[in-house]
Amino acid sequence: MEKFQTLHTTGVPLPFENVDTDQIIPARFLKATTREGFGENLFRDWRYHADGSLKAAFVLNNPRYSGEILVAGKNFGCGSSREHAAWALYDAGFRTVISSYFADIFRGNALNTGLLPLQVTDKVLARLLAAIEENPQLGLVVDLPAQTLSVPAWGETVSFAIDPYKKECLINGYDDIDFLVNQKSAIEAYEKQRAWTW
Amino acid sequence: MARSLVDKIWDAHVVRSIASGQDVVYIDRHLIHEVTSPQAFDELAARNLPLFRPNRILATADHNVPTLNQHLPIVEPLSRSQVDKLTENCQKYGIELYGLGHQRQGIVHVIGPELGLTLPGTTIVCGDSHTSTHGAFGAVAFGIGTSQVAQVMASQCLLLTRPKRMRIAVEGQLRPGVTAKDLILYVISQLGTGGATGYFVEYAGSAVRSLSMEGRMTVCNMSIEMGARGGLIAPDATTFAYVEGRPFAPKGAAWEQAVSYWETLYSDDDAVFDAEYVYDAAEITPMITYGTNPGMGIPLTGHVPSQVPDSEAESFDKSLKYMGFERGESLLGKQIDYVFIGSCTNSRIEDLRTVAAYVQGKHKAGHVEAIIVPGSKQVEQQAIAEGIDKIFAAAGFELREPGCSACLAMNEDKIPAGAYCVATSNRNFEGRQGPGSRTLLASPLVAAITAVQGRIVDITQYLN
Repeated sequence: MEKFQTLHTTGVPLPFENVDTDQIIPARFLKATTREGFGENLFRDWRYHADGSLKAAFVLNNPRYSGEILVAGKNFGCGSSREHAAWALYDAGFRTVISSYFADIFRGNALNTGLLPLQVTDKVLARLLAAIEENPQLGLVVDLPAQTLSVPAWGETVSFAIDPYKKECLINGYDDIDFLVNQKSAIEAYEKQRAWTW
Repeated sequence: MARSLVDKIWDAHVVRSIASGQDVVYIDRHLIHEVTSPQAFDELAARNLPLFRPNRILATADHNVPTLNQHLPIVEPLSRSQVDKLTENCQKYGIELYGLGHQRQGIVHVIGPELGLTLPGTTIVCGDSHTSTHGAFGAVAFGIGTSQVAQVMASQCLLLTRPKRMRIAVEGQLRPGVTAKDLILYVISQLGTGGATGYFVEYAGSAVRSLSMEGRMTVCNMSIEMGARGGLIAPDATTFAYVEGRPFAPKGAAWEQAVSYWETLYSDDDAVFDAEYVYDAAEITPMITYGTNPGMGIPLTGHVPSQVPDSEAESFDKSLKYMGFERGESLLGKQIDYVFIGSCTNSRIEDLRTVAAYVQGKHKAGHVEAIIVPGSKQVEQQAIAEGIDKIFAAAGFELREPGCSACLAMNEDKIPAGAYCVATSNRNFEGRQGPGSRTLLASPLVAAITAVQGRIVDITQYLN
């Protein structure tokens, strides 16, 4: 997993609530057996017509907007547990998703992919969405070690919460496998002391 | 100290706790399928790690398999390659695989329980969000991402933060024509699609206790549709009677020992929940969804809401536009094009019996395409043994072979753009059943009656 420290970028607004992982990457594109290449089908049915032509109204097809942060409505990533959703966002160049809350499984998958799920209040989210739509060049700065999101144009910085262990993992590019494999003796000891075998 | 059910099971599986607050949690059962496992196997190979406990993993092919001609090679090359990859990986790592054509093949959340692999007090994971289904047996069961699939393969453990606890009690008796599916659609419509995010939900109350195991599985299955990590129900005599004698269930003295342990698995009287809700079963009527998330449910005889908070208006209207519905309207009389009976929510033998009991001697409406996809090979065989297949054939319903099918439309089973489908599955997301498809979630009984009538009706007027 790539290390995540700070990010200086702009945001792409997606002001819908309850964006489910079927929208992020529809099931019919989950047939690949590797992690790469899902970005081209990110938000497939919102981004393309059935004949493959672009839907001009969709934000990812709007040349006004670019950047490595997706700013989305609350309950982002609900539904299916497919980690392909986090891979698709990452593959398409996103490194952070800002929302006012995330579905649990998506949050975990994002953290395991090196994509930061950054939770802000409903109020901050609404302000950000409006400000980016007004000025797509609005600069955003994520500082993971400091756990802050700054908007220099506003002269404001907000703090965000993140689990301290997952923060260390992201900053250093570690994942849980390294940690868990090192617990082998404790795991074997646990197995031996269990009263039941099923 | 008084503990809730989820805490009792959790505590029994903590290998150790770490300083930042997470627990290393031991996983008893790991179910895998073709779609969310290949990258996890690659991860193991890339790190040169062995599979830690192959005997705690069971594999099946379900998400991406055809439901016709399963005895023939899979026609679609990408799907064939994905299923072949699962077979290769299972051979390489020594994992039991119930693949296509195997007598035990089926939807992962249908076969676990029917084989007796799903047991009270266990921890169960799978790279699929509907793993919550297994909570019906009093198990801590939840869906995981592919990185976590690799973690369990490498260590049989996950590093997890203990979830918050929610209890949802439904008290009283369900009315005629109201089923477990209506109960859970009602609860989700009350709490909303993100209403239980961060929680493990325990379902309780006399209406829940009176459900069969199949009904309890339907309820727990949809926990994720309100954001919950999982849902569970304390095991009782109904649970033990279902489990006893199944192939992987403990036998003899081990069975006695197991039951005496399982009988301790309930929330203590003084257990504290972070959130609690109580509903009256008599308030619940047959339900249907009108929008594009499972929280958008109403009574069949109700109306699409005419008012929503301003902050939700844009998403709400986008959803109604997709569905072709208006604020404030009734769905009664709407013509339906497809009926899909299947998925890990409602594809068990009890569901098929419910449908058969209603459609016997009747015929589907001419314009409706009605497809029934059994949850497993065993369900299919049981249906044939009971003669249910002949009832379906006579009523114009097509009985397919097992798989996830049109629930997620990964295979050929897709609903065309613009068409309306009453489905017994779990998600009505945009395009879930195929690009442009419009899904209305309902119970198997509502689905059966809708197929015969060809339109949405007040089913209480049509009960046998």
